[in-house]
Amino acid sequence: MKNRSLVSITDYSKEDYLKILEKAADFEKQPNHETLKGKLVATLFFEPSTRTRLSFETAINRLGGHVIGFSDASSSSVTKGETLKDTIKMVTNYVDLIVMRHPLEGAARYASEIASVPVINAGDGANQHPSQTLLDMYSIKKTQGKLENLNIFMIGDLKYGRTVHSLVMAMSVFNPTFYFISPEELKMPKEYLLYLDQIHIKYYEYPDFLPIISEADIIYMTRVQKERFQDPIEYEKTKNSYVLSNNMLDNTRANMKILHPLPRVNEINTDVDDNPKAYYFTQALNGVYVRQAIISSILGI
Amino acid sequence: MKDKQLIVNAIKNGTVIDHIPAKNLFKVISIIKLENIDSQITFGTNLESKKLGSKAIIKIADKYFLDDEINKIALVAPQAKLNIIRDFEVIEKRVVEVPDKVTGIVKCLNPRCITNHENITTKFTIVSKSEVSLKCEYCEKITHQDQMEII
Repeated sequence: MKNRSLVSITDYSKEDYLKILEKAADFEKQPNHETLKGKLVATLFFEPSTRTRLSFETAINRLGGHVIGFSDASSSSVTKGETLKDTIKMVTNYVDLIVMRHPLEGAARYASEIASVPVINAGDGANQHPSQTLLDMYSIKKTQGKLENLNIFMIGDLKYGRTVHSLVMAMSVFNPTFYFISPEELKMPKEYLLYLDQIHIKYYEYPDFLPIISEADIIYMTRVQKERFQDPIEYEKTKNSYVLSNNMLDNTRANMKILHPLPRVNEINTDVDDNPKAYYFTQALNGVYVRQAIISSILGI
Repeated sequence: MKDKQLIVNAIKNGTVIDHIPAKNLFKVISIIKLENIDSQITFGTNLESKKLGSKAIIKIADKYFLDDEINKIALVAPQAKLNIIRDFEVIEKRVVEVPDKVTGIVKCLNPRCITNHENITTKFTIVSKSEVSLKCEYCEKITHQDQMEII
């Protein structure tokens, strides 16, 4: 991993995942370090994402490093028409590592080709957001004690949800059984199903999760957005089928945990928040440890 | 008889590319950059073909292609056949093979892809050769054969 960019979750192998997760557990025990002392990291956010930026900047500061950058393209020279290439060419001279968020897909891969320092993709449009995937995996491992042979439920928008796609790719090396639950319009794209077929990973597709919820080890909720529907009537008909509320959790497994990449809107009722099976807020905190692990692995410290 | 002779006007040395789908002739021309070749070139298009319905043919005098150069046309003319001509004789017949990677040539179909916003040479990995589909190395979206737009 040393000096290698992290653009797509598939840039890393199973061994890499495990190393990162192990390191993250160390950071959870002892978050403050001086290992990044004297190092400078750029956080270039061409579109705002407060949650992700704060998580990365917390991770860098807890490692003793310094941060430069911008949180919004309007405060950078992009508004003057500077190309991404030129921005990266300039920044790469100043720093030891670049963390980048960009609204266009493929921007991070392109930046990693131009930069002379490693690039961590903190989200490129609807494409990839690998540190989110690794923190999802960390949360799964922490709550289940293992990554292998789990029943993973993915509920909601499986068509456009990039976190869902990346998590499916990453978890598929740990022999899971996937349950894909979504409205017809937002089903898991064929290319992912074909991939799972090829590597002999079991999956089921359902329009509704209640009858099977007792099978779940992990429930990964995503938001069903109204603007994804061509027909607003279809949205009204389906929207309530993908909302989780506390009374649905009675027959679930004791080890079951609910994850959500956040922000949540209404897909998880607030009455779930106090249930010990709700894990999404801790999941967000895990992001800091996982990002500490990613950064220190890439910088080789 | 005279018409027929015109269509199959022979070349002494060079390459004949046959079995190009007629609608893709100009894509083939642009992929192999015929505009940069100075020797004599003859085209025929909308010719009858049992296999393709209507086909096109290109004859390029004094030009032999490297595999890398010519395999690119498999993206738009997967059934194309090459006849290598020396001294009016066909000395070799070749078929084109879909390459494993494609650099340039094709535009990524994803309007949100960085390659459609900055001046970047596109790069694709071929994920299927039978019905050609290309995976963009930048945005990771798949462009299928029928969506392919040649740059």
